[in-house]
Amino acid sequence: MDFATSDARTPLGASADNGLKIVVVGGFGVGKTTLVRSVSEIRPLNTEETMTQAGAGVDDIRQVRGKSATTVAFDFGRITLDARNVLYLFGAPGQERFWFLWDRLFSGTLGAVVLVDTRRIDDSWYAIDRLEHHGTPFIVACNDFGGAVRAGEDVREALDLDPQVPLIDCDARSRESGKHTLITLVQHVKNRYADPSARAGLPRQEYV
Amino acid sequence: MSRPGRDDAPDRLYTITQGRSRSGPDTPFDLVTLVVAESDPVTGMQSEHVAILELTRFPTSVVEVAAELRLPVSITKVLLCDLLAAGRVSARHPRRPALTDPDILEQVLVGLRNL
Repeated sequence: MDFATSDARTPLGASADNGLKIVVVGGFGVGKTTLVRSVSEIRPLNTEETMTQAGAGVDDIRQVRGKSATTVAFDFGRITLDARNVLYLFGAPGQERFWFLWDRLFSGTLGAVVLVDTRRIDDSWYAIDRLEHHGTPFIVACNDFGGAVRAGEDVREALDLDPQVPLIDCDARSRESGKHTLITLVQHVKNRYADPSARAGLPRQEYV
Repeated sequence: MSRPGRDDAPDRLYTITQGRSRSGPDTPFDLVTLVVAESDPVTGMQSEHVAILELTRFPTSVVEVAAELRLPVSITKVLLCDLLAAGRVSARHPRRPALTDPDILEQVLVGLRNL
């Protein structure tokens, strides 16, 4: 078997010792990979995880009973933040089967960006519901497909979004816009959790 | 790029891990645990172990190892557990909980602003 690695592999510095995760969730074709690519220092890579019956004791498979395995593919990019911290940005499909693997893959994640196509808002309801269920902090970013700017109150209403959840416009193709989206998320997380009085709302984090 | 694992004959994945479908429940590896080789490959070593040792000369995350080897994450973790137990790699696990650590969040913000 050929294990030739990708040509443009850029190694991390020798002192890197803390990996961090942010997940971009969204429906098919909403621009997840585009957003990952626009801010990543490496060409986005793709991999997959499989949940087999052997994982029945630790995964919630109530809704996939009868299936022997569930496989989800996801892509990711990387941002070196400083000499020690490395941020991995994952593009995750919002489809139902994916959420069975959420805890295994994304426990300890800093937060999520729900990427929304305002022409297909319905696609985002399920993802928002699951993120709330998992206690994962998130923001909503409306990807601008060249149409009118739509991240207004009508979108907030259509998504039945909590007033505290940031709702922004973004252009997934733009590095600056992608960067702004990530900063908005991390600032939101910091505002929400750095305040000790807010910790009552701590997310349920399962460390695996 | 072909999807790793999915289209491979199941017996190939079975052979790679000698039948273990996943690492134990106490697997220390997160998707973003950074793995570093502590030794060079030696003659007779399983080809996947050789590939991992070559990939991890510099710190490399579990998910990057999986993607480069085109293997599912769980299979990759089994291989990494073998190498860790043999002392051939070391693992730098994510510091937790990053979510509620204002210092780490500030470091992330500074890093993102400097992009």
